[in-house]
Amino acid sequence: MSLQEKTRGRRDAIGVGVALLNKLARWRAIDRFGLRKPAERVVFEATKTGFRTAGALSRRFSAATKLTGPSRLPAAKGTGRFDLTPTEDQQMMVDVVRSFASDVLRPAASAADTACATEAKVLESSAELGLSLIEVPEELGGIVTERSAMTGVLVAEALAYGDMGQAVACLAPSAVSTAISLWGDETQQATYLPSFTGSSVPAAALALVEPRPVFDPFSVRTRFTGGLLNGVKSLVPRGAEAELFVIGAQTDAGPRLFVVEADHPGVVIEAEPSMGLRAASLSRVILTDVPAVPLGSLDDYAECVRLSRLGWCALALGTARAVLDYVTPYVNSREAFGEPISHRQSVAFMVANIGIELEGMKLVTYRAGSRATQGLSFAREVALARRLCTEKGMQIGTDGVQLLGGHGFVKEHPVERWYRDLRAIGVMEGAVLV
Amino acid sequence: MINLETPRKFRAFVNQAHQVAAEMLRPNSRRYDLAEHEYPVELDMLAAMVDGLGASGTGSGAGASGVRRPSAGEEGVVNGSNLSSVLSIMEMCWGDVGLLLSMPRQGLGNSAIASVASDEQLQRFDGVWAAMAITEPDCGSDSANIQTTARLDGDDYVLNGEKIFVTAGGRCDAVVVWATLDKTLGRAAIKSFVVMKDTPGMTVERLEHKLGIRASDTATIRFENCRVPRSNLLGTADIDKGFAGVMQTFDNTRPLVAAMAVGCARASLELTRDLLAEAGVHVDYDRPIHLQPAAAATYLSMEADWEAAYLLTLQAAWMADNAQPNSLQASIAKAKAGRTANDITLRCVELTGTLGYSEHELLEKWSRDSKILDIFEGTQQIQQLIIARRLLGKTSAELK
Repeated sequence: MSLQEKTRGRRDAIGVGVALLNKLARWRAIDRFGLRKPAERVVFEATKTGFRTAGALSRRFSAATKLTGPSRLPAAKGTGRFDLTPTEDQQMMVDVVRSFASDVLRPAASAADTACATEAKVLESSAELGLSLIEVPEELGGIVTERSAMTGVLVAEALAYGDMGQAVACLAPSAVSTAISLWGDETQQATYLPSFTGSSVPAAALALVEPRPVFDPFSVRTRFTGGLLNGVKSLVPRGAEAELFVIGAQTDAGPRLFVVEADHPGVVIEAEPSMGLRAASLSRVILTDVPAVPLGSLDDYAECVRLSRLGWCALALGTARAVLDYVTPYVNSREAFGEPISHRQSVAFMVANIGIELEGMKLVTYRAGSRATQGLSFAREVALARRLCTEKGMQIGTDGVQLLGGHGFVKEHPVERWYRDLRAIGVMEGAVLV
Repeated sequence: MINLETPRKFRAFVNQAHQVAAEMLRPNSRRYDLAEHEYPVELDMLAAMVDGLGASGTGSGAGASGVRRPSAGEEGVVNGSNLSSVLSIMEMCWGDVGLLLSMPRQGLGNSAIASVASDEQLQRFDGVWAAMAITEPDCGSDSANIQTTARLDGDDYVLNGEKIFVTAGGRCDAVVVWATLDKTLGRAAIKSFVVMKDTPGMTVERLEHKLGIRASDTATIRFENCRVPRSNLLGTADIDKGFAGVMQTFDNTRPLVAAMAVGCARASLELTRDLLAEAGVHVDYDRPIHLQPAAAATYLSMEADWEAAYLLTLQAAWMADNAQPNSLQASIAKAKAGRTANDITLRCVELTGTLGYSEHELLEKWSRDSKILDIFEGTQQIQQLIIARRLLGKTSAELK
């Protein structure tokens, strides 16, 4: 028997039970007659693969007053000077987010990882920080008057320093508000943005990646035909509670974005707990004949992919920095052979290499963010940042565990979680947007 | 406002440097690689031109005088001579590293003078082509252990010892020599001295035959009771403020060497990309790396590392311009750029096959040149030690 046959095996008793439950959950009538109890969401959060639920619904999106044309943020005007100093506004925002990350996210990280969910009050307070306003123009209730991808990078980096999983959960709605703000027409902006700028920000998610090897966001299998979407999206943050999705799908002309309200019966959410980012309640979103409206153009889709990749680079920076700041005191205080292990070059040079590569990742990511903000081309810079953050980020993750030895492998220390989270860089597309 | 593009005010000047590299250095690159130790006469004319550029206030060709720290008082963010120097060196080394190192009046010794000299010394040594002499036969990376002595005798210091690997040591007008005032006092007693070439007691013994940068002469210089005026001691003669002074030179010169590595690596990347395109291999920045040909994927990885090295170098120089302490970032830039350039140039030869390996193209030369960039001005391992000590808060006694 080949290895593959062995591992795939046959379904045993438990498997059959799960498969039945699976079918039951898929039976839409349960929802229609209100038989599904709210408690089921708790079951969902506990995440056993295969449990499914319908799309969440709680509000009606409708356009109150709209502008005569879509609002578009102009590019920021550069100073023409090489400069690594954030603006005063950026610094203020980052300071607030940093204390949120260290006071709220870091202490809650382990429990959120185990629960496969970010606590409601954490999500609420992150919304109060105005995360979903960063890319929304002032005239639509946001806080900016020009492109602010660089601010998005700094904020994502600061959040991920606390915890990447919860950061993704907190940032998921802002990916949708940012997409609609950047590429929506006046009707879409008037219909959806008020919810994101109001007091209760809805759960929402940008879904691009699909479950298959060597996934290419420029050739997706989710299709848009005859006004309907069909396909499967993977690793969608907070999919079960999301009320609104922005979905990438193939059209005859190429891939585009689509807005999907979650309450259509053709939307089914399936838990997809993964190696890391568990606090983001990752899910598959299965779409069957779901009506959808296009958002933006083919070019906008490409920009969306790039800006999302940039967001993941920013997250990698925060988590990698967390690793460096954690291993530094550890190797200084841990003793072996009668002295701190940091007195050995094999240990010290690993720390040095974390420092070298992290600094490089940061500057390459910042350059991409700054170019996007200034309206310059940034496809090349994002690609290079993604390469570095994928390779060096993972190296930093694995070295972080290695430096703690056996202690790094157990959950008493956060490095094992960072190791799992950093593997997402390079795998993920979508979910966050700057 | 965060912006990592070439400063607007330097763009014309960077373009000038590029033209010089393309029209003057590149065409002579192979010739002086083959004719090691032959004096590149073309450089005299070029140096005169670079002096002209310097006089017009656009910065220097090889950053020799460009690394002086600004005095406080300038308003806002500064894009100054440290930044213009690394940008210029990148362009020139895209042309040829060996020839850049042979540029009259642009030696690393000039950088040392610019970094630590008094205003009077700076004026006195203006226009002097100065090489740098630190390494000795029995002392390399442990520069605190140098054996060359300087004994005060009246108004002169008397120097005795042997220096090796002196870049431009044969062609320069003067050498900045590291020597100890008192071997028993360790690193604090190490000072640097400007020794003019015609000083009795100083002899250039031989020139090395090398793996790369063959256009640049590398000399062995012997000092036998060589008398140097006491006013040629750079910085302070005070022993308690010793080693930090001479080591401070490195904070300014390491970004320059990092810039050399960045320029050399870019030359390899650009040619390789053209050759790959001719072979039908194109690099796509949007498509996932694993869906592209292995050569394109390799290229993307190399370019990503290059971009990091490039920006780290600019950062270190920018910090110097803005009077921010940059020892850590200077070493990070040197470490990353040195190893990246060596790796890139060698992999480009692998990707381009016999085209890269043969002397038909310059790729094989660049991958010989790049090796020294991960060695001189502090090896990769020394940079890692410095970085580790800084990050971990360790002394050199604790982390050896």
